[in-house]
Amino acid sequence: MSNMINSLSNMRLLDDLARKETFIHRIHPLIKLLTTVVYLTVVVSFERYEIIGLLPFIFYPILIFAFAELPVAPILKMILLIEPFIIGIGILNPLFDHSKVLFGGIAISKGWVTFLSILIKCSLTVTASILLIATTGMDRFAVALRMLKIPKIFVLQILLTYRYISVLIEEVSRMIRAYSLRAPGQKGLKWSAWGSFAGQILLRTFERAERVYQAMNLRGFTGEYYTGDIAKLSFKDLAYFAAWSLFFIIARIYNIPVLIGSLFTGVI
Amino acid sequence: MSHHKIEVRNLYFSYPDGHKAIKNMSFSIYHGESIGIIGANGAGKSTLLMLLMGVYFPDGGEVLVGDVRVTKKTLPMIRQRLGMVFQDPDDQLFMTTVYEDVAFGPRNYKLEEEDVERRVMQALEKVGIPHLKDRAPYKLSGGEKRSAAIASVLSMQPDVLIMDEPTSGLDPKSRRRVIDLLKSFEHTKIITSHDLDMVLETCKRIIVIKKGEIAADGTAVDILSNEDLLNSCGLELPLSLQKCPVCGTSKGKFGYIHEKIVVDKEAKKELRLTRE
Ligand SMILES: Nc1ncnc2c1ncn2[C@@H]1O[C@H](COP(=O)(O)OP(=O)(O)OP(=O)(O)O)[C@@H](O)[C@H]1O
Ligand SMILES: [Mg+2]
Repeated sequence: MSNMINSLSNMRLLDDLARKETFIHRIHPLIKLLTTVVYLTVVVSFERYEIIGLLPFIFYPILIFAFAELPVAPILKMILLIEPFIIGIGILNPLFDHSKVLFGGIAISKGWVTFLSILIKCSLTVTASILLIATTGMDRFAVALRMLKIPKIFVLQILLTYRYISVLIEEVSRMIRAYSLRAPGQKGLKWSAWGSFAGQILLRTFERAERVYQAMNLRGFTGEYYTGDIAKLSFKDLAYFAAWSLFFIIARIYNIPVLIGSLFTGVI
Repeated sequence: MSHHKIEVRNLYFSYPDGHKAIKNMSFSIYHGESIGIIGANGAGKSTLLMLLMGVYFPDGGEVLVGDVRVTKKTLPMIRQRLGMVFQDPDDQLFMTTVYEDVAFGPRNYKLEEEDVERRVMQALEKVGIPHLKDRAPYKLSGGEKRSAAIASVLSMQPDVLIMDEPTSGLDPKSRRRVIDLLKSFEHTKIITSHDLDMVLETCKRIIVIKKGEIAADGTAVDILSNEDLLNSCGLELPLSLQKCPVCGTSKGKFGYIHEKIVVDKEAKKELRLTRE
């Protein structure tokens, strides 16, 4: 349990990472947002049996990791945390879809192929979203959303949810610490304590969230978030967007691994 | 200047669960005054501050800032004038860096970014933490957090500074820093605290609250030396006005007159005399 909290508290890590000063970080937030949107759309648009065609898309996260100088391990941990949910979504496919497909000469159940496809798609999209926040920061991300004329209320919702998640995590970890100090030698929570625990957490975070919100109001908050000056779009930004979009679209239309493979084998 | 006056008239307030937290309070605070609000736990100090700031609205009576009643409509104007530092700095610091946090208020008032920066740096220097500006607030120590929280309010350049327990949970050095800071403000100040020595040092006037009502209102020296009054309100004399814990004498104008030490000195004198 406390392990999970540790990895979740990596949310704060995202804030820290977003403050780095690399080439990627300096790209205009709006551009990074749009690039991510294109990426997500293209990845999701692949049909359910596609696996090979998805492979080139791993280049995007790899390059971002490299150029933005992000630590791989903690971010992978975050992604792994979400993986069980993805598996939960995809795991029924192998059970229901028993038809076979030939894959490099071996017959595989189509169910497993779709499962793998879902797994890859989800991992890629989750990674891309996390990388967007890790290189942009939630505040600038919100500004980018506002530039796209997303209604204030939605942007605010996202921002506050993000803030309150860390508030919730801190509250939970405090309670767990208090609990485990008075229950030595006990692993996890006794089930009989779960009810009051959950109730307490709800009430506490609710109150805390309200106080945070009051503090924001007292300092003139009216629902609009201002994050200082954000530079105007430059040529570099546009080039960044164009280059990635081009790559994504080409990789969507042409199956690059197959193309390369056929180049080597000489059959086109 | 009358527009800095804060007036509370026949204030009543109950929490939604029916608890009557404030009962028939009236007082006025004038420009430049420093007011300490003291009272036992649960007396209603924080609640009163929330009413002043318009976080809660009274069930009866009214709060006037300048000549303006605190209502939903006048809130933006009022909040620009009153700056409040919360009891728990964690509630107040919610941005990703100290700088962003201190800049949050000025930016909400749509100042130019240069002015924002100037105000932020001024506020940070005033509380002595310009070196922390790029740190994440949640990574600071308690005292640093408090300083950051105070800076985040100072950057809004309020006319009136309201603080809920500014010295709670601070080590002696940090506490001293906050006290010196408070003393250096020419703002109108409203401070709640259990740290009566701090209140004695920083405030000229004291309002004592007991179970949601005003039990006393007067000068700090009068009230803080009134042992019976303080005892009846769940408080006790400030340490600096208590009897010397070593020999039991009262503190005089020039500090304790320690009989024991005097005696010892005489003993020494005698020793010396006998030796000679
Ligand atoms: N949200 C709430 N709902 C119901 N009752 C509340 C709430 N907050 C405070 N109270 C009650 O109102 C009374 C006054 O509380 P308040 O927080 O103003 O006290 P305080 O003087 O600030 O105390 P402390 O010195 O401990 O900070 C207390 O009896 C408290 O139980
Ligand atoms: Mg209080």
